[in-house]
Amino acid sequence: MTYMKNVCFYYVSAWRSLARFETPSRAEPIMEASAASPVTLTHLQRLEAESIHIMREVVAESEKPVMLYSVGKDSACMLHLARKAFYPAPPPFPLLHVDTTWKFRAMYELRDRMAEESGMELLVYQNPEAKAKGINPFDHGSLHTDLWKTEGLKQALDLYGFDVAFGGARRDEEKSRAKERIFSFRSANHRWEPKSQRPELWNLYNARKAKGESIRVFPISNWTELDIWQYIHLENIPIVPLYFAAERPTVERDGLLLMVDDDRFRLKPGEKPVMRSVRFRTLGCYPLTGAVESTADTLPRVIQEMLLTTTSERQGRIIDKDAGSASMEKKKQEGYF
Amino acid sequence: MSAPATTPAYVTDELIARDIDEYLRRHQHKSLLRFITCGSVDDGKSTLIGRLLYDSKMIFEDQLAALEADSKKVGTQGQEIDFALLVDGLAAEREQGITIDVAYRFFSTEKRKFIVADTPGHEQYTRNMVTGASTADLAIILIDARKGVLTQTRRHSYLAHLIGIRNLVLAVNKMDLIGYDQGRYEAIVEDYRAFARSIGITEFVAMPISGFKGDNITAPSPNTPWYPGPTLMAHLETVELDTAIDQRKPFRLPVQWVNRPNLDFRGFSGLVSSGVIKPGDGVRVLPSGKTSTVTRVVTFEGDLPQAVAGQSVTLCFADEIDCSRGDVITRADQPTEVADQFEATVVWMSDEALVPGRPYWLKIGAQTVTARVHAPEYQININTLEHIAIKTLELNAIGVTKITLERAIPFEAYAESRALGGFILIDKFSNATVAAGMLQFSLRRAQNVHWQALDVTRELRAGLKSQRPAVLWFTGLSGSGKSTIANLVEKKLAHIGKHTFLLDGDNVRHGLNKDLGFTQADRIENIRRIGEVARLMTDAGLIVLSAFISPFRAERELARSLIPQGEFVEVFVDTPLAEAEKRDVKGLYKKARSGQLPNFTGIDSPYEAPEAPEIRIDTTQMTAEQAADAIVAYLLDQ
Repeated sequence: MTYMKNVCFYYVSAWRSLARFETPSRAEPIMEASAASPVTLTHLQRLEAESIHIMREVVAESEKPVMLYSVGKDSACMLHLARKAFYPAPPPFPLLHVDTTWKFRAMYELRDRMAEESGMELLVYQNPEAKAKGINPFDHGSLHTDLWKTEGLKQALDLYGFDVAFGGARRDEEKSRAKERIFSFRSANHRWEPKSQRPELWNLYNARKAKGESIRVFPISNWTELDIWQYIHLENIPIVPLYFAAERPTVERDGLLLMVDDDRFRLKPGEKPVMRSVRFRTLGCYPLTGAVESTADTLPRVIQEMLLTTTSERQGRIIDKDAGSASMEKKKQEGYF
Repeated sequence: MSAPATTPAYVTDELIARDIDEYLRRHQHKSLLRFITCGSVDDGKSTLIGRLLYDSKMIFEDQLAALEADSKKVGTQGQEIDFALLVDGLAAEREQGITIDVAYRFFSTEKRKFIVADTPGHEQYTRNMVTGASTADLAIILIDARKGVLTQTRRHSYLAHLIGIRNLVLAVNKMDLIGYDQGRYEAIVEDYRAFARSIGITEFVAMPISGFKGDNITAPSPNTPWYPGPTLMAHLETVELDTAIDQRKPFRLPVQWVNRPNLDFRGFSGLVSSGVIKPGDGVRVLPSGKTSTVTRVVTFEGDLPQAVAGQSVTLCFADEIDCSRGDVITRADQPTEVADQFEATVVWMSDEALVPGRPYWLKIGAQTVTARVHAPEYQININTLEHIAIKTLELNAIGVTKITLERAIPFEAYAESRALGGFILIDKFSNATVAAGMLQFSLRRAQNVHWQALDVTRELRAGLKSQRPAVLWFTGLSGSGKSTIANLVEKKLAHIGKHTFLLDGDNVRHGLNKDLGFTQADRIENIRRIGEVARLMTDAGLIVLSAFISPFRAERELARSLIPQGEFVEVFVDTPLAEAEKRDVKGLYKKARSGQLPNFTGIDSPYEAPEAPEIRIDTTQMTAEQAADAIVAYLLDQ
């Protein structure tokens, strides 16, 4: 009897190991671990494992999660990680784009393509109030961000009843983000209270909440800008071509190089679009996003420029400059991501 | 004194400009080290972190310009750059000049990426430091060279040791302010060594540094020629990582999510917490104990030849066995213990103190179970390390206590596994994370019993008897009529062909529990055993009747937690004390009143009436016969 069992067991395991060779193996196989020489996971492999772990926790413990997708490079990474986390199933939540109608055209193109490729539902939300009032970045200054983005996000979350929203914020982006939790609690009116956040120990996340409360979850909290770029490079993740240098029509205004992306761009007297070789370090509403002059047209060259450059990432965005160094924190308390 | 040279190794790499592809290749193979810096407000912690960021070129020019402006405005270093301002984050805190939370910073060299947990050294230190330390491989204990080993140094070291950090660096900071005095440095290290040994720290690495001036941070300092050891950066780049050690331990994977996109695929997703597994390896799923064989290690990039500690993967098995979120997959021949009662060290993190006996959620790995924390055995004074007798735990208190779970879970002692031994407690009402804890060992000898997966299930057994198993738990004062009614109920059930068993004082106290007395601990154990026996009998398909005073709510809840949901029926035999005392069938009240029976329920020991029993019998309103009929009717209705 015992003998028979053993025979069966060996037969099964031999059959399984044959089956194993039929499946494609990783481009860079992880070496066999043994007691003598453990496999050293790279920092990107460990960051990836952490992000995937976070996403799976959310899906297991929340009722209706959603992924905020802004089409930028951080969103691209986050989406890629989500596809890995649930493979072979598609990520079990929709993508939500809180649109301002003022994004670069190339962003809308990539957004639609990625939604299709990932097999995920794409929800696009435009604040009807901002739309009705014709809120735009030329006439309304910071009201533009408040209504389209901050208010738009709150409205969209309430409309669909999402209880958890993934966001692509990173702790290295800005000083006040360094203390942000991975699971960030928002009151029923979406406020962030720095004093009432929960401690996060080990990799144990407490996702319990009262009705009406919601959680913003930042699965790529521990990634830096360089990590993101390296990962995009290694994994060949599609990103908006605006990150690469190309000849683009631009005007110089208030120390920023702005791209004239469509005919809604209001030229001031004397302004004339000039073709310059530029690229973007971050992407937002095109009339608010400064380009940098560059000839870096490949990913390694973009990374090279980023490493050699001496200004930090968010500098091209007008949003941070509103109220000195504490402005991001203020925005966050009001509900901005 | 000459200023140490800033090493070009950490400054913008010449390689970046020359050959970016080669640079990227090298940086792809960096590993990741997480560490924590511990020190009090004036030890120069933020300055040291600011220095590490600065020296590894993690500060951009615009940040530097802002830093210079801030240094002049609110800095504490005169006209020099105040590195601390780089890391002190939230607006309110900056005005007070202190950090109030855990902040995470990042920098990297060619060898490693670093994540630094920066925690404050003031009154919230315990909560914040334990949080920051929980994910760290290494701790830097900062000492002000002018002050030497202080109370807070001991406190930080104790907490780092408690949370299981193996790599400790004693950074004797501000060496510039004591003229790089070797004698004073060595005296501090000796002093620390004596203390460290006393709390069980066997190894640490000491180094003389100045965060402000940069001595021995990235380059060996010319000011300390007598120090032969590595620089701080060199040490951080080479120290052994916890993930490397974890891979040598037995395989464990807490299941987070079952991936079932269609009928052809069923995978179990989770982060491998230790060990290595390959297709063909036998695995065991705990707590069920069922076994199978791994067929595939699935990832987006294709199947892997193996999964190792630190990877998030999805495993497929050869057999369709039950495995769901919260279960732990282990190697078949190296399972973990499974238990439901533990000794644990608990760090209280909430303004609302621990309420012993109250149910909390306990989250460990991917499992969340109801837990009751007993009154702490003692609290540890983290300044003197003395044990203090205490009834509860308040914010920032650390105590050792017993924890009972509503069901058994696979676990490992925290010293073996952070992933399967570290837990948080969540308040069931506010949902706040109120405590963190570390399981030390199980208090019940279940560790070597691995449940045999059985083919004849409890459902099958109950089906053979054509009945639904249940526990009728009678509670009430002595003389209230519990046994009388229970006896009648059993008779009526037997009459209609139901299979029953009555547990009472006579058949339990004289056999199974004859080793138990009437102390608090023995009473709890008495009820626990009765609950366990009742559970086994329900597994056998029986309807169990138990008739014990069981005066304490917590004990009854303990019994309830042992029985599958819906099968526990609490029957409150409600007889007023005066009435029970008037009946006094056994003459016990008379004895108690005259002082011959101490701790008698209702006289000098309380009876906690059930708040929401399934059935309440008012014996002043109905006869025993009527009561029994009502109970049988309730059972048949279910």
